[in-house]
Amino acid sequence: MDAQSVIAKRIALELRNGMLVNLGIGIPTMVANYVPKDIKVFFQSENGLIGTGPIPEEGMAHPLLTDAGGQPVTALPGACTFDSAMSFSLIRGGHVDMTVLGALQVDGNGLLANWMIPGKMVPGMGGAMDLVSGAKRVVIAMQHTAKGKPKIVNKCSLPLTSIRPVDLVVSELAVIAFPEGRATLMETAPGVSVQQVVAATEAKLVLPEKIQEMRL
Amino acid sequence: MYRMKTVSVENAVAMIPDGATVMIGGFMGVGTPERIIDELVRQGKRHLTVIANDTAVPGRGIGKLVDAGLVSKTVASHIGLNPETQRQMIEKKMEVDLVPQGTLIERIRAGGCGLGGVLTPTGVGTVVEEGKQKIQVHGKSYLLETALHADFALINAFLADYLGNLSYVLTSRNFNPIIATAADTTIVAAEHIVPVGLISPDHVVTPAPLVDYLVANG
Repeated sequence: MDAQSVIAKRIALELRNGMLVNLGIGIPTMVANYVPKDIKVFFQSENGLIGTGPIPEEGMAHPLLTDAGGQPVTALPGACTFDSAMSFSLIRGGHVDMTVLGALQVDGNGLLANWMIPGKMVPGMGGAMDLVSGAKRVVIAMQHTAKGKPKIVNKCSLPLTSIRPVDLVVSELAVIAFPEGRATLMETAPGVSVQQVVAATEAKLVLPEKIQEMRL
Repeated sequence: MYRMKTVSVENAVAMIPDGATVMIGGFMGVGTPERIIDELVRQGKRHLTVIANDTAVPGRGIGKLVDAGLVSKTVASHIGLNPETQRQMIEKKMEVDLVPQGTLIERIRAGGCGLGGVLTPTGVGTVVEEGKQKIQVHGKSYLLETALHADFALINAFLADYLGNLSYVLTSRNFNPIIATAADTTIVAAEHIVPVGLISPDHVVTPAPLVDYLVANG
């Protein structure tokens, strides 16, 4: 299994029956492919849809039914549409149970930077700042390193997305949580040693006595 | 006001002067009034300030205004999918003010419903808080984000009756009903304009008094 699929598959195990979930673009979007068969979750697209379904079959796309990236989607039974004020009332108001987002950096206390690289990439924060501020649970889906450099750092050098720390980071190497505000290694991917994770992480990791193998 | 509101797209757009501030509906071009945009380009309205969620992509929606070099300033939450907007921003041909999406829509909503602004936790402790007043309520920090207002709101609706009652479909609603409240003059491009009474009262999302002019998309 490639790195992205490992991450998406592991995060899908965080889903619970009946949750309202917002997925960011990139790896987070892939989480929808691995929803456990025995549960039902509702996905929100922040452009104004709850009940977002899979990409439509050839010829079945509707030009006015898209995800937040403007790509055609479907609406499942029970879906509803709404304006952007309602969409962000849901997000900021704490009505979204879980959001899955990408990251440029996460620090040892769980603070996230995921929206700009000054002088290089200034796409705008879109809904990311509201999602991190307001969602009940923030899960990060990201490759453990970028061009060989750790993305879990002592302190973010890039502009922060929010002062609210994230709850969980899932990479192709590990699952990291932040009990008591400190990055703690919870699981390692099959075939990956604790030492490998520590070596690929700049922030100091709390290493509990029992570190499980990543469930997939 | 209640009256018949249909006009030609040429006459509607002729009312918009160079240098106007325009709020434009749509999310990545979905729900953007393309017919009004095309006419803005044809009439060459310049030095526009655009307030919108994003600038879509080159060749689509607000992207057409950017392509034609008609936009001096953009207030948006995301420009990452339009390289032309980013190029003009880097070359300082266009000023870009990036605002968190939930904050942007609430600032517009505030402008349209008579509020001076809103208090939001979004952006506290980030670069977004620079220059803004921070206010504590019940022990939690919020930023004071001030109301936004425009000269014109340019809207896309699915159904309109001749009085200007509007309804929308699927994900084309997005910013449209909110910006309808926040401009001096609201111009709507509708897919279908139907006789008064045909839209069920329960299905009207934007009440007619908010709409000033209607043009047909067809």
